Amino acid sequence: MQWVADARAPPPRSVPPVIGLGFERRVALRFLIEGRTQSLLIIVGVAAGVAVVTYISALISGLQANTLEKTLGAQAHVTISARDDAVAPARQRAASESLFTRTQPRDQRPRSIADWPALMAELQTRPGVAAVSPMISAGGLGLRGEASKAIALVGVDLDRYDRIVQLRSKVAAGTARLSPGEAMLGTELAADLGLAVGDRFTISTGSVSDGARVTALVDLGVRELNRRTVYLPLRSAQSLVGLPGGATSLDLRLDDVWAAGTLAAALQAQLPYRVESWQQANAQLVSALNAQSISTAIIRVVVAVVVVLGIASVLVVSVVQKRREIGILRAMGATRAQVQRVFLLQGAVVGALGSVLGVGLAAALIEGFTRFARGSDGLPLFSIALPPSLALQVALGATVAGVLAALVPARSAAALDPAQAIRL
Amino acid sequence: MNVAAELIALSGLRKSYNLGRPNEAEVLHGLDLHLGRGEFAALIGPSGSGKSTLLNILGLLERPTAGSYRLLDQETSTLGDQALTLRRREALGFVFQFHHLLPAFSALENVTLPALMRDGHVSASALASATAMLTAVGLADALHKRPGELSGGMQQRVAIARALVNEPPLVLADEPTGNLDRASSDEVFRVMRRMHGERGTAFLVVTHDPRLADRCDRVIELVDGQIESDTPRPLAAPAARRPG
Repeated sequence: MQWVADARAPPPRSVPPVIGLGFERRVALRFLIEGRTQSLLIIVGVAAGVAVVTYISALISGLQANTLEKTLGAQAHVTISARDDAVAPARQRAASESLFTRTQPRDQRPRSIADWPALMAELQTRPGVAAVSPMISAGGLGLRGEASKAIALVGVDLDRYDRIVQLRSKVAAGTARLSPGEAMLGTELAADLGLAVGDRFTISTGSVSDGARVTALVDLGVRELNRRTVYLPLRSAQSLVGLPGGATSLDLRLDDVWAAGTLAAALQAQLPYRVESWQQANAQLVSALNAQSISTAIIRVVVAVVVVLGIASVLVVSVVQKRREIGILRAMGATRAQVQRVFLLQGAVVGALGSVLGVGLAAALIEGFTRFARGSDGLPLFSIALPPSLALQVALGATVAGVLAALVPARSAAALDPAQAIRL
Repeated sequence: MNVAAELIALSGLRKSYNLGRPNEAEVLHGLDLHLGRGEFAALIGPSGSGKSTLLNILGLLERPTAGSYRLLDQETSTLGDQALTLRRREALGFVFQFHHLLPAFSALENVTLPALMRDGHVSASALASATAMLTAVGLADALHKRPGELSGGMQQRVAIARALVNEPPLVLADEPTGNLDRASSDEVFRVMRRMHGERGTAFLVVTHDPRLADRCDRVIELVDGQIESDTPRPLAAPAARRPG
């Protein structure tokens, strides 16, 4: 229902019809409309704050997702590997005595995880585990003609391993295939050894040597890996390393990247092997990501404080300006609670309008970033998007901030002595 | 005075400001006053005599320091803020000197405000009675004008319509014509008298203007916080002066 519905008279030009709202909402909106410039300025201010928070959040999460993707593209979320051999000292040293003994560390040979197929089957049934892949990993030499290069020998089941790191998508030349006697290798290593797809070369692990034909060159995204890595079928690797039927490690891919830490800790407690999450393997990266997240949080808090103070100061002024009106409303029978709600609502409306505007502005900024911020290759640096959940979260936050900001002015408006306010 | 018809009963009413401080000052020194339903009384007195304070207390905007104020047979000096606000809403209408309308609202919206704050919406009947009230004060053509587009006299008539729309038993008017030229002043006063005649609403009008006081049925004079005189004027407000 229109408030001033009158069949004979058209609605007056300057009074916008406010439809279906209660007393507080109508008065709040009218007050805001009446204080045009003031309201507009603070709404734009809130919008700027919301835009900054939204944009920074989207940018940082895009950056982090990009970094994670690059990092985790070439490694498993959790790796389970056989423990290093340790030597038990002939005699334990008691705390009180000093003994001149020296324990020689053992030379580390490749060791297999005992009964890994059973363990793999068990791991696959765990919730949150997306894929498990066995691996033989050892050092060796790649030989061709006069050239000899140190290599990291990686024996995998291609289909399983592909689910861990999407190896197939990293093929730069040739076709991904690992039948017996075939190998895939990093692009830099291929260049160093002068190999192309279809060429043969020799792999040596000291005691055993074997030949392999190159089926594909892969670009793993990291130069160091491209310079060393040779993928072989699991069986070939087992015989090269001398671990028939064995696997030196199991790679896990999880549904949720960030669950890796807790799962690794749980597995470590259950299994007699070394369990490492990607976070442990990339401690520096994780702390960098954390630092970014903390910076984002600080920016959010500071902007929120600025927004709250801005809304509050405008409303404080508005209460002073509207003292007479508040007095009249109170004299006419508006309760303290009603007056308080009028100002709380103004805060909420300013917050909500500002956040709608701000989210729109952020969407434009993100669009601009994707369009103009490009790398030397002309491709976008990385993709950032505005997830609806983030937009909703920020908008809700701004609205709540508006109400919080209105708390003090609303209380002072409600506490106004109507007799004094009218006399002004 | 007829007890059943009693609207206002003050006894021993005192009001002090700055209580307990060195500048404590008593403004009203123990008033006894009765006002019946349907009376049309003037409250006169020199500046500083306590007229506004008394009106604020009668309007439940201020509390007395001591004494009793019974409104419609109910003691008000013990009521809390919320209860006072609701009493104000039901029992009282206000007309102020500076025609305190809300400038952002049209005349009709100003008059529907009491219904809006009571019900949370304006019902068709509330809208109809507001329209009728504005028509009754001669503003049928100005329903959708903002206060700024109306003359002082018209604004004051909107204020009267707003004060009367809830049909309260008593309207308190503080210098309702104090800010108007003689013609507008007469018009506004005539509207008040007519509303009184048609609806039986009691009016208590604070005024400086002896011409207006003379046209009230009763004149209460306040001097230095005490009632100096309380005179019925049986000859006042002859029916011939009422229009219509």
